[in-house]
Amino acid sequence: MRPAHTYPEQRDDVRLLVIDPAAPEGAGLRETRTPALPELLAPGDLLVVNDAATLPASLRGTDEDGRPIEVRLIAARGGWRADAGSSSPLHSPGRFSPLRVSPLRFAAVLFGSGDWHTRTEDRPPPPELAEGARLRFGALRATVGRHATLSPRLVELRFDADGDALWAALYKEGRPVQYAHLAHDLPLWAVQTVYATRPWAFEMPSAGRPLSWEILLALRRRGVRWAWLTHAAGLSATGDPAIDAALPLPEAFEIPPATARAVAETHTRGGRVVAVGTTVVRALEGAAQQHMGVVRAGRGETDLRITPAFRPRVVDGILSGAHAAHESHFQLLAAFAGADLLAAAVAHAERAGFLTHELGDAMLVLPGALAQPQRKATSAP
Amino acid sequence: MSHTNGRVDGRVLEGQTALVTGGSQGLGRALGAALTSAGARVVLVARHFEPLAAAVAEIRAAGGEAHAVVADVADKDAAAIIAGQAAALVGPIDLLINNASTLGPVPLRLLLDTDCEDLERALAVNLVGAFRLTKALAGPMVLRGAGTIVNITSDAATEPYERWGAYSASKAALEQLGRVWAAELAGTGVRLFTVDPGEMDTRMHADAIPDANRAELSDPARVAERIVALVAGTDTASGARVAIRVGPPGASAAEAATR
Repeated sequence: MRPAHTYPEQRDDVRLLVIDPAAPEGAGLRETRTPALPELLAPGDLLVVNDAATLPASLRGTDEDGRPIEVRLIAARGGWRADAGSSSPLHSPGRFSPLRVSPLRFAAVLFGSGDWHTRTEDRPPPPELAEGARLRFGALRATVGRHATLSPRLVELRFDADGDALWAALYKEGRPVQYAHLAHDLPLWAVQTVYATRPWAFEMPSAGRPLSWEILLALRRRGVRWAWLTHAAGLSATGDPAIDAALPLPEAFEIPPATARAVAETHTRGGRVVAVGTTVVRALEGAAQQHMGVVRAGRGETDLRITPAFRPRVVDGILSGAHAAHESHFQLLAAFAGADLLAAAVAHAERAGFLTHELGDAMLVLPGALAQPQRKATSAP
Repeated sequence: MSHTNGRVDGRVLEGQTALVTGGSQGLGRALGAALTSAGARVVLVARHFEPLAAAVAEIRAAGGEAHAVVADVADKDAAAIIAGQAAALVGPIDLLINNASTLGPVPLRLLLDTDCEDLERALAVNLVGAFRLTKALAGPMVLRGAGTIVNITSDAATEPYERWGAYSASKAALEQLGRVWAAELAGTGVRLFTVDPGEMDTRMHADAIPDANRAELSDPARVAERIVALVAGTDTASGARVAIRVGPPGASAAEAATR
């Protein structure tokens, strides 16, 4: 498989490989296209999305000696503020309180000269920057804080600006993080899902990219519920072997009460919880891990790594981008389907020329997905 | 919540968030003040920093929470940037007011003398800018099942005033776009209103009609209060075109809502 180097003509019309671990042997794969998604889920299922908007997390600038440097923000730490609910007519019952984030400190990965056109592993290393080193990105200035023990390229970064001025400067100077497989600069709007809300993601939560409102509203008409959470997706690669081996770093998430309730209700009624992307799996399973298997509402941080040995307790299926067998995202799929079926899926995707990475084709791993025509007939109201 | 003669008392938007374009002057600035008085946390958007910062400072001095985002809504890249900054500052947006608007060059020209580029600019700001921002913010609203969008238009959208061609066409298109938005958003919990605020004592009005008698024009602050009452209430159907006619100080209020 090769990476998609540009966006598809239609956001919501890419190839979709359906992988059904519950299907009889030899019948667990079917290729279709993403507009067919509504028929692959059943009334009573729950689709959970990550509503994080993608930040312009790559900043290019210089150190005090004028040496070129790029920082890619990977995590934020700071004061999260929850606002009290309200009884005004605009505030419908069960709605999640608005939250504000003021991440005064960021974790960032340092790169030397160049930009995304060069593969991360081929980028020149950044100049050595001691704690307290000053960086300049246009009018925005920052101070390098502590270095991580993991690698001197992973540092804390404090910007001089705050509040309105910080966000204005970040959005002015920053560009979306992107990689060398792409053919052109990605504008900020091109790395957002259609429901992108709070700017928590340092890279696009790209499994949701093929979802359009046409598809989401068709799912709802079919009786599939939606729910959302926010998960601060970090970087998928840095080119630094020590950092890459540790990815994903702990990531912040927030699960609204309505989503926690919807997950519980879905399972009580025999429906399936379908996660849109790795980040949703990490948030839901990470939250469950912290509360004896139950998804509780609230904010948290998870260092959960989904390996083939991981047994999901909350998530029944996953909509994901297409991934090659060596990618960590693909390893995650192994938690949801057997090795033989996944090997067949990869072979199919290879043969069919599936495109990988954030602008590529899609995969749905969902037990019972290919039995839907029968289910549809029996569960019609 | 209580209404007194169509006006709102109290903090009926407590805990809500709002984004207003064209927020540095005229009706937009008045909306910033009225929305924060009603308890909302507000993001004001405008092209120029200084007047915008002044509007924000005025609200903060009065105890309200307001934030400034400098952007030109006609810029294709602006919608994602505005939406991102706004959500970072106040959280998901509950209320979007598309108020930014350009007349084009003044004095206003006959269509026969209007440059095509000036028509294009009017459409880019008044129509396409509002559309892009609505697209960026209505998605999160639909996901959450609640939200309100207000498009500020004008009676020029329906009346063939001479020399107002470019502006009129952009506002007429915005009104029709609003009807389709409202139809498509039916059942999602997201409402859209088209508001014709009437003739107000603003710089834009002075630019368009320099010799107008200001004593006959509405105070934008009173119009803003009526818009707050509209969005805080639940009795106006989504898709409605609401004409607000507060008239000059002392005049009795009149209002008409039509589909």
